[in-house]
Amino acid sequence: MFLSMNWIEDFVDLSGLDKLDLIHRFSLSTAEVENEIFFKGKDLSAVVVAEIKSVEEHPKSKKLHLLKVDAGDGQLTDVVCGAPNVRVGMKTAFAKLGAKIGEITIAPRDLAGFTSFGMCCSEAELGISDDHSGIMEITDEVATGTDLKSVYDIDDIIFEVDNKSLTNRPDLWGHYGIAREFAALAGRELKAPELADLTVYDDLPAVDMKIEDTLCKRYSTMKVENISRSVSPVNIRIRLFYCGMRAINYLTDLTNYLMLEMGQPMHAFDARKVEKIRIKRFDKPFVFKTLDGVERNIDENTLMICNDNTPVAIAGIMGGLDSEIVEDTTTLTLESANFDAASVRKSTVRLNHRTDASMRYEKSLDPEMTVPAIARFLFLLRKYDGDVRVVSRLTDEYAVKFPPVTLTFDQKFVDRYTGISIDGDTIVKTLTSLGFCVEHSGDEFSVKVPSWRITKDVTMNADIIEEITRIYGYDNFEINTTRSPLYPVRMSKVKSDEERIKDLLVKKFALHELHSYVWAYSDELKALGIPVEDNVKLANATNPNIQTLRNSIIPTQLCQVKLNTAYSPEFGIFEIGRVVKGLDENGLCDEHKMLAVTLFSKTSSIRDLYFRLRDILASMAANIKHSTLTFVETAPAHSYEHPVNLNKILLDGTELGVMGIVHPTIGKNIDKKANIVFAEIDVESFAGCRDKGIHYDEPSKYPTMEYDLSMDIPEGVLYSDLKECWEKEGGELLKSASIVDTYDTDDIHRITVRLVFSSPERTLSTTEVQAIVDKVMDNLAKKNVTIKQQ
Amino acid sequence: MDERILKLKEELESKVSEAADLMGLDAIRVGYLGKKGSITSLVKGMKDLAAEQRKTFGAEVNKLKEYAAQRIEERTEELKKKQIELEIKAMPKFDITTPSACSCGSYHPITLVQRQCERIFKSMGFTVEDYSEVVTDYECFESLNIPKHHPARDMQDTYYLTNGQLLKSQTSAAQNAILRKYGPALIENGTPIRAIFPGRCFRNEATDACHENTFFQMEGVMVDKDISISNLIYFMKTMLSEVFRKDIRVRLRPGFFPFVEPGFELDISCLICGGTGCPSCKHSGWLELCPCGMIHPNVLREGGIDPDKYTGFAFGLGLTRLAMMKYGIKDIRDLNSGSLKALSQFTDDE
Repeated sequence: MFLSMNWIEDFVDLSGLDKLDLIHRFSLSTAEVENEIFFKGKDLSAVVVAEIKSVEEHPKSKKLHLLKVDAGDGQLTDVVCGAPNVRVGMKTAFAKLGAKIGEITIAPRDLAGFTSFGMCCSEAELGISDDHSGIMEITDEVATGTDLKSVYDIDDIIFEVDNKSLTNRPDLWGHYGIAREFAALAGRELKAPELADLTVYDDLPAVDMKIEDTLCKRYSTMKVENISRSVSPVNIRIRLFYCGMRAINYLTDLTNYLMLEMGQPMHAFDARKVEKIRIKRFDKPFVFKTLDGVERNIDENTLMICNDNTPVAIAGIMGGLDSEIVEDTTTLTLESANFDAASVRKSTVRLNHRTDASMRYEKSLDPEMTVPAIARFLFLLRKYDGDVRVVSRLTDEYAVKFPPVTLTFDQKFVDRYTGISIDGDTIVKTLTSLGFCVEHSGDEFSVKVPSWRITKDVTMNADIIEEITRIYGYDNFEINTTRSPLYPVRMSKVKSDEERIKDLLVKKFALHELHSYVWAYSDELKALGIPVEDNVKLANATNPNIQTLRNSIIPTQLCQVKLNTAYSPEFGIFEIGRVVKGLDENGLCDEHKMLAVTLFSKTSSIRDLYFRLRDILASMAANIKHSTLTFVETAPAHSYEHPVNLNKILLDGTELGVMGIVHPTIGKNIDKKANIVFAEIDVESFAGCRDKGIHYDEPSKYPTMEYDLSMDIPEGVLYSDLKECWEKEGGELLKSASIVDTYDTDDIHRITVRLVFSSPERTLSTTEVQAIVDKVMDNLAKKNVTIKQQ
Repeated sequence: MDERILKLKEELESKVSEAADLMGLDAIRVGYLGKKGSITSLVKGMKDLAAEQRKTFGAEVNKLKEYAAQRIEERTEELKKKQIELEIKAMPKFDITTPSACSCGSYHPITLVQRQCERIFKSMGFTVEDYSEVVTDYECFESLNIPKHHPARDMQDTYYLTNGQLLKSQTSAAQNAILRKYGPALIENGTPIRAIFPGRCFRNEATDACHENTFFQMEGVMVDKDISISNLIYFMKTMLSEVFRKDIRVRLRPGFFPFVEPGFELDISCLICGGTGCPSCKHSGWLELCPCGMIHPNVLREGGIDPDKYTGFAFGLGLTRLAMMKYGIKDIRDLNSGSLKALSQFTDDE
């Protein structure tokens, strides 16, 4: 919303104060002011009122005229002018030689053979309206030679307040409310607006008006006739223009002016069309043409203003085309009303039509404002059009009132909330300047909240704190730490495991952490040949590619791999993120925090890559849980899973997730030659597994004995089968078994395992170790393992 | 002196001096001093000599023996030294300037910034909480004093899900749960609630260099008997100064958020110009960083905490924004791009 400093100063004397500093303080204490401040009239000088004394056709141009202009300096000046509205006796704005208009400095100028010694200006050229249809018309009363700026309020400071920061301040949607803030900030007095006395019309007949639906809280109306003026006074048009509105006609401009001044939207009906005002909703939907010429679908929830049964306006949003002020309107029925904020809001959403009026109504305007707004309107109307005649009394129905709010609190409350001490007198002064009625005795305060703040904004004591502190200034706060006691803080297991996993993956395995989205990007997945699996969907996504939530991070990660194939011949990525696996029994999303790891390599064999991933996972279990993983072969459940070497990952019997190789169809879409493996585990399940902790095993003081077994392994026998053979026999004496050599040909799969024996109590004898080894070899033989003699 | 001894000594002297390595030298030692060595045989031949002669001869042989042992010992040391010298000479000189092949992993920049913030708050006694991404309308709005049709819902374009839940549009969605989790300890034992909860938020809006539909925030709350606005400013200033590792000036402006009262927008002095005004801060000297405020009494009440007895502050720090400011990331979309060219640069950061 644009605000005019001149307008604010109508209501508060700010003379002698730094206006820019005040605007800055307003931004820190009230609402956010945009950075750019406009100094209107700054680029305009030496433009005076001049009278056109003669008009001649230009011999060579149909458009141009040759004028002689009296600019009040005792001589006639030759001017060449292209405006269509030039006529003898007309007074207009004249930029003399040397005058400045924006970037231009006026100098003698040749126009088709004639020299112009100055320029007659349109309002648009002067920057005071958007009217460039002709040169400015100035009323006869103004003496020629007068500087234009001394006649009209051209010089002004305009600043813009971010509408969002006014969401909770219905009282700040007009200059008067803003002026109240400036008065409080400057410590100056707020002047009451000049109003017409409405009581003098009390004997006139009422307007036929009835609220039939309490979505209308209040409706105030009056009828005025014999309106002769059609164009608004220049100063009114300048203010409207500076504040971002177009001048339309006198009556419409005045309603807009009132809205910008008091914050009260008003509507002027042509009284010929509105004789029996009824405010109500209709049972059935219908089509209604608003004054912007658009046909809109009105449903049974939309509150309408009607002439008996004929709708004439959408309440709080926009008037109808049929009842608007037209050229020959001389009698008007004025609406100054208050509607339910939520209802207006919902209607604007349904109609997808937001107006200056609805924007204000949906903030919960003060219903007390409707009558003063009418009084102000009448005052202004008559000020500029002395012949108007009021033909009704004020007709006002106040259906729903906001209950008054009085808040009581003590000094301690303020001290506790602020953490500093703001003395009682300052509190009283601040609140009073904002329109609160304060009673202060001892440490107790009793505060009556003004009507313009109770509609939503100030309803409880915490709200009062804001009023006191914002005017006090947050910059003036002393900053203190708390006095609260300290207690040890323990991290959640999930959180600490998550951080340890990240460290391990980055520092030990040089993986890269990436982030992605919680939904599946269907176009990216489609390019890889991965169908989007059915899952919970977004109800209102605007992007057709993101309809479905992901149930696994892997597909997203494969898209990321595809994106990075050129980054390096070999890399690994991971993400700890959330997925949704359908709905739970309560119909809520079954959300899981998952770790996904994908390794990509153009240089490593699939076997090496697969085991690298297996070891990354094993390392997590070993480092964080002091435990070992087990794997169970499983069947593919997703399009991207290779049917071979797909394994469930288990830790202490808890299923954590799955690891496998990317299905060749999809792998080839990513990179024709690369190998890709993936794993995904549930981080919360992992965190839930017990950390077996460190168990110190005192090293034996007696020598160890090593025994190497070289074995040819038949197909189908797993290492875990071999392991059983020695673990069963070795018992406590077998300290470790590790692969020291492998030898593979097409026919032979040979590994050499070193068994290490030791006892904490004695030196082992060769015979007792040999006896164990013999049994191990017997076990192995039963599994058709051939022992190669050393 | 016996001629044999003299001859042997001369012979030994030249052989020892000529020995080229330790192995050769050992053979010489065996040749003279071994069981069958020439000196040993001299001793053996002594039994044939007369007693008188034997005594003199014996003394000379012993001398020779000592001499031989000493010479061999000396030569051994010489040879060992020579061998080490050779080994040193044999060591090739490496080009230390060849590129190193160290492979570094990387953290997502959000992780780094998040950890920095978490560390600071942990050191001040805050617990770190985790929260789901899918939440209910109650969690995200109702419990936060944002009833249905409240205009504040307009401020955020929320992603709703087909089951009626929604993707949390703000980390404040966890506030109610946190208050309920730690409220009893506050009420019963006087343990203040101090918690931060970093998390991912979602807004249904078009993306560009400055806007993302998915971003990270870190919410923080503190509730105790006398928590004040002054405390809030202290914590925000301290935390931000730690994050940016320099003294940061902060300022509060009134800001409207239904879940706080009073509510503020917190600005920090521009990191680029320090407050004098530059293009990054649109010449204002300030950067808008973080909404915050005193927790609204209705929100405390909804969390089971009596607002007449307790007060608290809450803030919602934009982690994504912070990461961008800290690392000079200009396009917000880089963060979720999955591009290793961009994101592999973020090795660990303190």
